[in-house]
Amino acid sequence: MTSTFLPDRRSGPDAGPVPPAAARRPPRRRTLHWLTAVGLQLPALVLFGVLVLLPILFALYASFFRWGGFGMPSNYTGTDNFSRLLQDPVFLGDLWRCLLLVVLSLVLQLPFALAMAVLLNQKVRGRAVYRMLFFAPYVLSEAITGVLFSMVFAPGEGLADHLLGGIGLDGLGGEWFSGTSTVLATLFLVMTWKYFGFHMMLYLAGLQTIPAELTEAAIVDGAGPWQRFRHVTLPLLAPTLRISVFLSVIGSIQLFDLVWVVTAGGPDHHSETMAVTLFQYGFKRYQVGYASAISVVMFAISLVFALTYQRFVLRRDLEGATTTMRGAGA
Amino acid sequence: MSTRGKGRTLPLHVVLVAVGAAMAVPLLYALLSGFKSTDQLSRNPVGLPHPWVFSNYTDILASGSFWRLVGNSTLIAVGTTVIVVAVSALAAFSFARFAFRGREVLFTLFTMGLMFPFAVAALPLFLLLRSMGLLDNPLGVILPQAAFGLPMTIIILRGFFRQIPGELEEAATLDGCGPLGFFWRVLLPMARPALGTVSVLAVVTSWNNFFLPLLVFTDSTWWTIPIGVQQFQGQYSTEYARVFAYLVLAMVPALAFYSVAERQLVGGLTAGATKG
Repeated sequence: MTSTFLPDRRSGPDAGPVPPAAARRPPRRRTLHWLTAVGLQLPALVLFGVLVLLPILFALYASFFRWGGFGMPSNYTGTDNFSRLLQDPVFLGDLWRCLLLVVLSLVLQLPFALAMAVLLNQKVRGRAVYRMLFFAPYVLSEAITGVLFSMVFAPGEGLADHLLGGIGLDGLGGEWFSGTSTVLATLFLVMTWKYFGFHMMLYLAGLQTIPAELTEAAIVDGAGPWQRFRHVTLPLLAPTLRISVFLSVIGSIQLFDLVWVVTAGGPDHHSETMAVTLFQYGFKRYQVGYASAISVVMFAISLVFALTYQRFVLRRDLEGATTTMRGAGA
Repeated sequence: MSTRGKGRTLPLHVVLVAVGAAMAVPLLYALLSGFKSTDQLSRNPVGLPHPWVFSNYTDILASGSFWRLVGNSTLIAVGTTVIVVAVSALAAFSFARFAFRGREVLFTLFTMGLMFPFAVAALPLFLLLRSMGLLDNPLGVILPQAAFGLPMTIIILRGFFRQIPGELEEAATLDGCGPLGFFWRVLLPMARPALGTVSVLAVVTSWNNFFLPLLVFTDSTWWTIPIGVQQFQGQYSTEYARVFAYLVLAMVPALAFYSVAERQLVGGLTAGATKG
């Protein structure tokens, strides 16, 4: 499937086949052509405009009001919501935890996924089974995963404590999701269980595009396995790695389902994320204006990250492309 | 493989078996625990069930509420998929085969949709759905899911439509096909693999969605499987064995679908991400 889309990467956005006789046609025909083209876009535009863009713009508007979510916002408070947000220890904690999860993912989860991809890219017995098994958690709902692991890590009676007890390591377990110092690490463990297979699959697809001749040439030149990995595989895999990092960071920024099901942000906010805080204020305490400010900041963080990443990191994959947005095709 | 090769790959196998066990053990634990009574589970947490208790599974399968969740999830997934694929196919056709003013701006707008966290739109979306009377209505989940699925679907389909040679369109035009005739009779039949891929992606995304049904469905009529699982755990929090059985049954449709549609799913995800 991947290779089908490959030629697209090398061509600019306007290099697609131009419909026959589109270039020079009489004005009436041209109007008709334009109407057909835009008419085909119309359903998508309406759906996207009403249910995606409009709500986001409205959140921006509502973030300047003190508002309980009924009627139209009328109590304009300027940037009060934002200054309150920047002094809210829970929200600042959300930012810190988000950063922590991003760093943990980049330093542990993605390298682990890469190692597994490299292992499974060789002719190993049972590799099809391993691939399927490692990817399987990705298709499970976060809610199911969350409930499963809240029981696996149930203090004292879950599987994890029984297994640790069985090998005499009782001291390691115990608190898991219920301890303020262990909850984030446990959450990260579950996230790795669920998501590393997805990144592994991306890397495997990327590895398969690396021509065998290059590796063979490196062997002829006397390169050892590490040198081959470092100087052949890694550079050629770079575009896939960059996309995978992008998706991982965006995923950490948005994290909600898993946390909500397992801990709802607890104990004492130690696993709370921006989306959980937003949900708490917007749907539990009816401080919709304040919650909107949270969503605006979340949006700003995603946007700044995406644009910066695209400008400085993804750009290298897009040389020759005339529009700057094409890198977001992930 | 030579003996030397075998010796070298031994550590590799050890690593794979260890990781495989870490992946599989939680799932097997849930499966086996479902065959125990809660009492047995606390006495014998890790071993095989003795005796095997089937009532947890059979009770759930015999109750209408579980099948209702399956039905709701199916209806919502199918509805979402039909809408998002149909609407995206039209837009992608326009992006891929028409040169018109504003095309790149519009496409940029859609690709930017990939970066919008759903949570950002959640609050106003909820208020909008409430004012439209779509709370506790499956359309309240189907339409927003379709809207948020547009960017990915359009990008994949546009890429595929652009692969189809212009000569085919010329030939169709000579045979008297208008643009829509070409789309319907030539492009769509040729794009069947790509349509399969985006449909599988849409089904899985819808099936697993939790946030939106949580907002929209305030009573149990339209609950989907993820919501049902969370509610069941809340309701039977002390009956661990039953919750395990419920979890396992809730996983079966997704895993079965994955085993049938693995190629499309993995192909679609990696195509979306390895494409520049």
